[in-house]
Amino acid sequence: MSEPVVRIENLSKAYGIVTALDGISLEVKGGKIFGLLGPNGAGKTTTVKILATLIRPDGGKAEVAGVDVLTDPAKARSLVGYISQELTVDPYLTPLEHLRYYADLYHVPAALRQLRIRDALALVGLAGLEDRRARHLSGGTKKKLDLACGLIHRPPVIILDEPSLGLDVEVRRDVWNHILRLKEEGTTIFLCTNYMDEAERLCDELAIIDHGKIAALGSPAELKGRLKREIVSVEVARGKEASGEWLATLETAAARLSMVRKAVKDGAILKLYVDNNEAALPKILEAAASLKIPLESIAYSRPGLDEVFLHFTGRAFARGGENDG
Amino acid sequence: MAEFFQETNAQFRRWMLHLKREPFTLAFTLLNPIILLIFMGGAFQGLASDSVGGDYRSYLLPGILALTVFGNSIAGGIPLLFERENGFLLRLMSAPISRGSILVSRFLAVNVSTMLQCLLMLVLGLLFGVRIATGVGGVFALLVISLLLGFGVTVISLVLAFRLENHGDFFAVMGITTLPLTFLSSAFVPLDSLPAWMRAVAAVNPMTYAVDAMRSLILTGWDAPRLLLMAIVLIAFDAAMFWLGRRALSRHLA
Repeated sequence: MSEPVVRIENLSKAYGIVTALDGISLEVKGGKIFGLLGPNGAGKTTTVKILATLIRPDGGKAEVAGVDVLTDPAKARSLVGYISQELTVDPYLTPLEHLRYYADLYHVPAALRQLRIRDALALVGLAGLEDRRARHLSGGTKKKLDLACGLIHRPPVIILDEPSLGLDVEVRRDVWNHILRLKEEGTTIFLCTNYMDEAERLCDELAIIDHGKIAALGSPAELKGRLKREIVSVEVARGKEASGEWLATLETAAARLSMVRKAVKDGAILKLYVDNNEAALPKILEAAASLKIPLESIAYSRPGLDEVFLHFTGRAFARGGENDG
Repeated sequence: MAEFFQETNAQFRRWMLHLKREPFTLAFTLLNPIILLIFMGGAFQGLASDSVGGDYRSYLLPGILALTVFGNSIAGGIPLLFERENGFLLRLMSAPISRGSILVSRFLAVNVSTMLQCLLMLVLGLLFGVRIATGVGGVFALLVISLLLGFGVTVISLVLAFRLENHGDFFAVMGITTLPLTFLSSAFVPLDSLPAWMRAVAAVNPMTYAVDAMRSLILTGWDAPRLLLMAIVLIAFDAAMFWLGRRALSRHLA
């Protein structure tokens, strides 16, 4: 299982004058979940579409399960289950008919067909819904059906492009569990994600991708460990006329403290990156008291993946004003 | 080969399920030719009986058959274009299937549905008093002619499905081709009654040859030279479209 199952070497792709991939290289070990984390337009979908043989790169090499996707695309397709970002469910067909359809497209022998269909239905928890037309299924159920369709030929590699896009919290967790179960069965999973929590929860290995380049590579814990920083979040008293002014004054004062590496305003909260929060907390409180700035709250935390992203790309992981992770 | 059959059959079955489960779409596609047969047939009966000699509905039926074939075939690629737009096709392309199976299965599905519609139109024609001079053999021949006409037009439609940017363009192309091409043929009126320039266009329109052959089967009987001419023109048309289609799509379905 130590031989890499997905291997990408110096892959590049441009659409006209827009560079989508700027020479990325990575390897995924068998039986692991590998995540490509980055904002929209970073090059995630381009990468997986190349792996799924749907677009050809301008340069570089890509292999799945030892097969070159450029020189032997037909073979590569039979070794990959690709579940795209969009729902690709046919509203007129039932789940059973979908699975039968994909079983034939992946040339599952007739003798194995029933067994495989039952297994796929059971794995994603669709048993009991197999005869209902897809148009009457919920969005989450359709996504699970999509997943089941990608498993029908038992591929050694599954590619998931943003598996939890548009799903509610409960269904997301459900889909995650199915993905983890696939991993337990020995499948190698390559996924793209936009969500920090998804990357953190699922991935053994992570590549942070930005502007078509890999900014950092490692396990989530490793990446966070590389920051060697802790964060103190200070909130000044809310709803007062002077709140904004206090925050600015405190920022200037805190930035002067020797143990504060960096001070960043994040809305009404001042985030201070420090080497050691036990030593820094009293100093920060002292500074606030001497400036007579009332505080609403103070908290400290270890960095999350969004801080990791910020660190490696130099940009905040902005996603429609949301702030999770 | 077994794999090609398995994947083509699967896709063909899916199109047939669509046909079965979209009864309204099917009904509305049929509505247009039925309206033409009933109202146009009725409205022009008096005017036309002199020039066409006899029952205008019998005269019109082949034209409506050809229009049905053309309309259904030229629209045949639309579902593929929609599935190109919504991502279904891309997912399909990630499967280890021959790209040809996508075209062959759609092609078969379009032509099966065309045959069904033609049969329905013929039955309706019979109900309105049309008698087919060549009998049951003639019905069979009418279907074969429909198929020959539909073949090349379906190929055009499949090419459009992959070459056009979006379905809006597709509908525009359909809108500006279907009726003019039908009028620029012998579908509704005898060629002789057309102005010279329209007659010139109609003479190179494959639809004219299909309609003339169908009309002879319905009105007069087996007319070997006419059928032969039709077969030569339509087979040449189909072969040309097939050759052009292959060239046009080879890059898109690599």
